[in-house]
Amino acid sequence: MKRFLIPLVLFGVLVVFLAIGLTRDPHEVPSPLVGKPAPQFQLPQLASAEGKTFSPKDMLGKVWLFNVWASWCGSCREEHAVLVGLAQAGAAVPIVGMDYKDQRGDALRWLQQFGNPYLLSVSDADGRVGIDYGVYGVPETYVIDKAGVIRYKQIGPVTQEALEKKILPLVKELQK
Amino acid sequence: MKVLMALLLLALTLGSALGKEAAPLAEDEAVEARLIGISEEMRCLVCQNESLAGSHAELAEDLRREIRGLIKQGKSDQEVMEFMVSRYGDFVRYRPPVKPVTWLLWFGPFLLLAVGIVALVAYLRRRGKHVAETPLSEAEQQRALALLNDKGENP
Repeated sequence: MKRFLIPLVLFGVLVVFLAIGLTRDPHEVPSPLVGKPAPQFQLPQLASAEGKTFSPKDMLGKVWLFNVWASWCGSCREEHAVLVGLAQAGAAVPIVGMDYKDQRGDALRWLQQFGNPYLLSVSDADGRVGIDYGVYGVPETYVIDKAGVIRYKQIGPVTQEALEKKILPLVKELQK
Repeated sequence: MKVLMALLLLALTLGSALGKEAAPLAEDEAVEARLIGISEEMRCLVCQNESLAGSHAELAEDLRREIRGLIKQGKSDQEVMEFMVSRYGDFVRYRPPVKPVTWLLWFGPFLLLAVGIVALVAYLRRRGKHVAETPLSEAEQQRALALLNDKGENP
């Protein structure tokens, strides 16, 4: 009986490791930007025809969400409802959108159709700023604090659960 | 049938005679060679089992464009790697740096090998003790000698 004990224990350890592996999403790569200042940029605002621009320094002193979206992105649509809900509930936190590698006309139509939860959106047509933020799968959302430091990154759609359990508590904490 | 074959062969040779030398894909081959060298070391984050060099994902194309730009600016391979790692983390590197978090990754296999060798040696030693020595009896010894001496005479 005893001679089966060691293989059994080894097998058990292996099973535990594999089970943990199954619960993790390999597409969620921890961002090295968390804890670092949000990269600066100056991009044209999506809604502005006269080329008004926006830069993250405009938000200094505020806690805000930076949400990367696109009209061609399927899972942005399910996330969008959550963001619209958040904005309608009386803006606990301002959301700045970045329309990533998109056509302006498509993006504006998309916002008209599904609602616009954003304080404003900027347009990153060639995806350069996206690279600076380490964007690799839209949608992605950053929580940026008053000093302009990235405090959290949500990879993939913001769900109601992620919003309530992670993002809003963190925002509240940072707003103090 | 033979005529047809001949015609086909002729068509083939004509084709290659008329074809021209393949145009280089990039304007600057040196930049392109370095780009390939660097991007083969990196993982594409969209299709994680592809290298950045081999991926057709749109992000990979953008990143290659970005790396091409950096190379043209005269950045070293090291600086390009830092550019990527500062944005996407060590995960983009197929050969992550040796540091405490990656110790298990780098040295784990050797650790397992060492554990295996120790286990094997321990097992062999224990078995050596269990197998009792059984000396040959007088009759067996005689027979063995006879067999050994028999060699050559009785093939």
